[in-house]
Amino acid sequence: MSTLVYLVPLFPLIGFLINGLGRKRLSKSLTGIIGSGVILASFIVSLILFFDVKAGHAGVVKLFDFISIGKLDIPFAFQVDQLSSIFLLIITGVGFLIHVYSTAYMHEENSDHYARYFAYLNLFIFSMLLLVLGANYLIMFIGWEGVGLCSYLLIGYWFKNNDYTNAAKKAFIMNRIGDFGFLLAAFWIIQQFGSLNFADVFSNASGMQMNDKVLVGITLLLFLGATGKSAQIPLYTWLPDAMAGPTPVSALIHAATMVTAGIYMIARSNILYTLAPTTQGVVAVIGLATAILAATIAIKQNDIKKVLAYSTVSQLGYMFLGLGVGAYTGAVFHVMTHAFFKALLFLGAGSVIHAMHHEQDIRKMGGLKKALPVTHITFLIGCIAIAGIPPLSGFFSKDEILAAAFSASTVYWVIGVLGAVMTAFYMFRLYATTFLGKFRGTHEQEHHLHESPKAMTIPLIVLAILAAISGFIGVPAVLGGSHELEHFLAPVFAGSVKLQHPHEINHNTEYMLMGASVALAAIAILYAVSRFSKKPELNDAGGFGKVLENKWYIDELYDAVIVKPLRGISAFLNNVVERLGIDGVVNGVGRIVHYGSRQLRLLQSGQVGAYILIMVVAALALFIIQLFVL
Amino acid sequence: MTINHYIFLSVALFCIGIIGVLTRRNVIIIFMCIELMFNAVNLLLVAFSKMHYLAASVVDPATTAGTDGQLFVFFIMVVAAAEVSVGLAIIVMMYRNTHSIDASFLNRLKH
Repeated sequence: MSTLVYLVPLFPLIGFLINGLGRKRLSKSLTGIIGSGVILASFIVSLILFFDVKAGHAGVVKLFDFISIGKLDIPFAFQVDQLSSIFLLIITGVGFLIHVYSTAYMHEENSDHYARYFAYLNLFIFSMLLLVLGANYLIMFIGWEGVGLCSYLLIGYWFKNNDYTNAAKKAFIMNRIGDFGFLLAAFWIIQQFGSLNFADVFSNASGMQMNDKVLVGITLLLFLGATGKSAQIPLYTWLPDAMAGPTPVSALIHAATMVTAGIYMIARSNILYTLAPTTQGVVAVIGLATAILAATIAIKQNDIKKVLAYSTVSQLGYMFLGLGVGAYTGAVFHVMTHAFFKALLFLGAGSVIHAMHHEQDIRKMGGLKKALPVTHITFLIGCIAIAGIPPLSGFFSKDEILAAAFSASTVYWVIGVLGAVMTAFYMFRLYATTFLGKFRGTHEQEHHLHESPKAMTIPLIVLAILAAISGFIGVPAVLGGSHELEHFLAPVFAGSVKLQHPHEINHNTEYMLMGASVALAAIAILYAVSRFSKKPELNDAGGFGKVLENKWYIDELYDAVIVKPLRGISAFLNNVVERLGIDGVVNGVGRIVHYGSRQLRLLQSGQVGAYILIMVVAALALFIIQLFVL
Repeated sequence: MTINHYIFLSVALFCIGIIGVLTRRNVIIIFMCIELMFNAVNLLLVAFSKMHYLAASVVDPATTAGTDGQLFVFFIMVVAAAEVSVGLAIIVMMYRNTHSIDASFLNRLKH
C-alpha cells in the first residue's frame, strides 16, 4: 500500500501545473475546485497511508535513483513512517480546509490572480509534502527550499504594494541564512557518514560517543536551518512581517505547516540531537528565549495578525523547548494541536478582516460578537485552546512540554509557565478588544458587518472541533490516559528514548505543576477580559509598553548592526573597488590599446612613396646589419 | 672586363631604379623603374653564373656549374612578363577610374 505514497505529492503538483498554466483560461470556480480537490485527494491517500502505517507497514519507498556519484548514492525515496504520516495528515488536512476557506476569502481577486494564488498554494503543499516525505536530507532540502520559495511568492502575492514585496524579500533572505546552515550540515554529514539517507546516518551516528564534536557541529548547523525556517531567535523577525500575505496564507504557511519544518527536521534527526546534549541545551535555551520574547511583544501589538504572528513565534519556541529537553513526542504533539488552533485563529482573524473590509487594527474593532457569531465562538475556542485551559488540546501538548522542561530544570519550567501566562493574557486581550465591548469602527463598516460565507465558516467549525478534541490522543498517564500518540510515535524515537534517562516526576508534583500553570493562565484570562472588554487600550503605549510595541527595537537593532554596515561595505566596494579598481584596469587596457593604435595609424599615410621609402630604408638597414654587425 | 664592372653597372642600374621609384609619381615611370631593378638583378645573375663557370671549367672542362643562374634569369623574365601584364592592367583600370596615373592619387584608402 505504501507504494501509493508518490500520489501524495503528485496531486498538488498536478494542481499547481493546471492552475498555473491555465490561469488565463480557467474560471474562478473551476480553479477553486481543482485547487482544493487535489489537496483532498492527497488527504485521502494520506489517510490510507496513515492506517497502513498504523497496521505496521512503515518503510522507505524508493522511486528512482536520483544522484549516484562514486560511493555516494542518494535515491529519490520517500520515508513512510509514523512521524511522516502524522505530518502528512496535518499538512493535507489543514491545507484542504484552508484551500476551501480561500475560495471564499479571495473571491474579490480577478480570475487570473485567483488562479495564481491557488497555483502557489498547491506548489507550497507539494514542497511541504516533499520535505516531510523525503527519506534523506537532500529530498528534505528540496522541499525545504520549495517552501521558502512559496512563502516568498505568497507573502509578495499583492506585489504592487512595495512594503509587501519588501516583507517577502526579508522572509526569503532570512530563510536563506538558515538554509545555508542546513546545506553546510548536509555536506558535513556526507563527509562524516558518506550518505544522506536517514537510515544510514542514524544507524552510523548511534554508534558515536555522546557529545562528539562532529555531531555537535552538525546538529548546531541543522538547528541554524531550523531557526530560519521556524522563526527562532535570531532569525525570527521575518515571520511577523510575513503577515503581508493574504490571511489564509498566514494560516497555512506561517502557522500550521511551513514553520513547523524545523521542528519536523529536528524530530526526524532526534537521535543526532540526543547524542549531542550541548546542542540540546542551546535548542532549549533559544526556544525558551524566543517563547518569552515573542510573548512580551505580542502583549502590546495592535494588529490582529501581528498578535497571532508573535504568538506563533512564541509557540514555536515552546516546541523547540520540548525538542531541547528531549520531549520529542511532546513537540510533535504541540505541532499538531498548534496547527489546529493556530490555523483556526488565523482563519478567524481572516473572517474578521473580511467582515471589516480589510481593517486589521483591533483598536478600530470591538463588539463583533453579535455580528459574527460563528467566528466569535470558534475564535474563543481557539483562544482557550492556545491558553492551555483543559480539556482543550493546547493544555495537553503544552503541559507535556512543560512537564519535560520541569524534569530537565526548574528554571525552564518557571520561565515556560511565565510565557504561558503571557500567552493567555495577550490572546484574551486580543479576544476582548475584538469581540467584546462597543464597536469602534466607522458607521459604514458597522452597516456592512456580516458573517462570512459558508465556505469560510465550515472550515472554522471543523478546525474548532479539532482544536477542542485533538488533545485527547495524547492524554498523559497521570490523568488516566494512555497517550496514544506516544505509543504511535514510539518507533521513530526509540533510539533516543533508549539513550535518555528521564527521571520520572511523581504524580503529585505533576498535578501541582498542571494546577499552577492552569490557575495562573485562568487568572491572566480573567484579568485580560475584565480589563480590556470595557476599556481597551486605544492610545499608543508609553514607557516600557512602547518598547514592547516596537518589538524591543530588534528590527532597528538588526538594521543598525547588520544592514547598515553591509550597505556601507557594499557602497565602498561599489564606489572604490568596482569603479576605480576593476573599472580602472579594464578601461586602462582599452585606453592603452586605443592610444597605441592612434600612434601607429600615422604610419598608414596612404602615400605609396612613403611606404616604398620605409621598405627601402628597412632593406638597407638589414643589409648593413648583415654586413657590419653580424 | 672583370666581374667588378658588371657589379658596378648592376648596382648603378638598381640605384637608378630605386631612386626612380622613390621620387617619381607617374605610375608608368615607377613601373619602368621596377623593371630596371629586375634587369639589374638579371645582369648580376648572368655575370656571376659566367664567373662560376669559368672558374670551374679550368678544373673540369665538362662542368655545368653556374648554369642554374642563367636558368633563373629566364624564370625571372617570365615572371616579370606576367607581372607586367597584371601591372599594366592595374594601371589601365586606375586611369579609367581616376583619369590620372599619379600614384599619390591612390591614398584614398586612408579614410
